[in-house]
Amino acid sequence: MWRWLHPYAKPEATFRLNQKILPWFVWPGLACLVVGVIWGLAFAPPDYQQGESYRIIFIHVPAAIWSMGFYVGMAIAALIAVVWQIRTAEWAIMAIAPVGAVLTFISLFTGAIWGQPMWGTWWIWDARLTSQLILLFLYLGVMALYVAFEDQRTGAKAAGILAMVGVINIPIIHYSVYWWNTLHQGSTITRVVTRLEAPAIANEMLWPLLMCLAGFLGISAALVILRLNNEILRREIRRPWALELLQRGK
Amino acid sequence: MTQRVSSGQVITQLIRRDLRVAWRQRSEFLNPIIFLLVVITLFPLAVGPGADILSRIAPGVIWVSALLSAMLGLERMFRDDFRDGALEHMLLLPCPIELSVLAKITVHWIITALPLLLVSPLLALLLSLPMQALPVLILTLLLGTPVLSAVGAIGVALTVSLNRGGALLSLLLLPLLIPLLIFATAAIEAATYELSPAGPLALMAAFLVLALGLAPLAVKAALQVSVN
Repeated sequence: MWRWLHPYAKPEATFRLNQKILPWFVWPGLACLVVGVIWGLAFAPPDYQQGESYRIIFIHVPAAIWSMGFYVGMAIAALIAVVWQIRTAEWAIMAIAPVGAVLTFISLFTGAIWGQPMWGTWWIWDARLTSQLILLFLYLGVMALYVAFEDQRTGAKAAGILAMVGVINIPIIHYSVYWWNTLHQGSTITRVVTRLEAPAIANEMLWPLLMCLAGFLGISAALVILRLNNEILRREIRRPWALELLQRGK
Repeated sequence: MTQRVSSGQVITQLIRRDLRVAWRQRSEFLNPIIFLLVVITLFPLAVGPGADILSRIAPGVIWVSALLSAMLGLERMFRDDFRDGALEHMLLLPCPIELSVLAKITVHWIITALPLLLVSPLLALLLSLPMQALPVLILTLLLGTPVLSAVGAIGVALTVSLNRGGALLSLLLLPLLIPLLIFATAAIEAATYELSPAGPLALMAAFLVLALGLAPLAVKAALQVSVN
C-alpha cells in the first residue's frame, strides 16, 4: 500500500490526481445537492410535529455532519504531515480548514433559524450547540496558528499538532445528545450506524436528506480539492512541470 | 568526561532550577493570583452584592477567573527558556523529553495553582459560596488545575517562537478547556444543592489522567517544531 501511495506524496502527482478526480466530485455533488434540496424543500411531506419548518434539516444536518467529518479529515492530514513530513499533507490542512469552518458556521446559523420556531429561542447553551461552537473556534485556531508563523512549514506543523489535539472534541459533539439530555433533539440517521437502530425518519424524508448529504460532501470535497490544487500551483510555480502547465494554459 | 545521571536526578534538578528562577522573579508569578483576586472583586460590584446571586454564580466566576489567570501565567512556562537558549539544552538532556515537560508542568502548577488553592476558601467566602460546597470546590481545583497546566503547555509550546502569542494562546486553549469548566462548575453546583458531585468529579479525574498522559507527547512534538 505504501508503495502504491507514495508517488502521491509528490505535489505534481497529487495535482494531476486531483484534476482527474475533481469532476467526480463536482458533477455528482451538484446533481445530488440540486435534486436533494428541491425534493426536500418542495416535495417531501411536512413533519407531523414540526410542520414545514423541519425542512431546514436538509441544510442543517449535512453541514453539521460534514463539519465534523472534515475536521477528522484535517486531523488525518495533520497526522500524515507530522509523521511522514509530506508537504502536500501540510497544505491539505489549510485547504480543509476554511471549508470546514464555513460548514460549521452554516450548521450553527441554520440551527439558530431552526431553533427560533421550535424552541422559541435563537440560541441556547445546550451541550451540542456549545460543542459545535467550540468546533468553530478550533477551526479558527488552526487557521490562526497556521498563518501566525513566518516560516510556513513551521506554521503547518504547529497547526497540525493543534488539529490532532482538537480531535478530542469530535466524540464529545457526537455523544453530547446522549450524554446530556438538553434541548437538542437526538440524531435521526447516524444512529443507524452507531447504534444499529432503524432511522427515526420516514423514507420520504430520508432519501432527500441522504441526497443532500452526498451533495454537501461532493461540493465541499471539490472545494477542498480546488484549494489544494491552488496551493500546490502557488508553491510549485517555479518548477518546470508547473511552468509548462501554465504556459499550455490549462 | 561524561557522568551518568539518572532521569530522576535530571527531573529534580529541572524542577529545583525552575522554582529558583520563579522565586527570583516573584512579581511574575504573583501577578496572576493578584489578577484573579481583582477579577473576583469586580463581580460583586458588577452584578450586585446580594448573597443569593453571588452564591449562584460563584462556581462559574471562580473557575473562569482561574482559567484567565492561568492564561496569564502560562506564557512564562517556556518563553524565557526559549529566548536564552535553555530550552534547546532541555531538549538535549539525557532523559526523555516527556519527563522534562512533566517537570515544567509541575513547576507551573506549583507556582500558579497552589496559591489559587490556598486562597480558594477566601474566594468562597467573598462570593458567599455555601460552606458545604467548599470541599468540592477545592477538589475540582485539585483535579482541574493540573489539566490547565498540561493542556496549557501544549499551547505555549506551539506559540513559543512567536513574538506576540498572547491572544493566539487564548484562542487555541480556551476551546479545549471548556469541557473542564463545564464539569467543574457542575460538580460545585451539585454540592451547593447538596446533591452528589461524584459524576462530574469522576469525569474530571478522567480528564486529568488523559491530559497528564498525552499532553507531554503533544508538547514534545510542538517543541521540536518550534525549536528546530
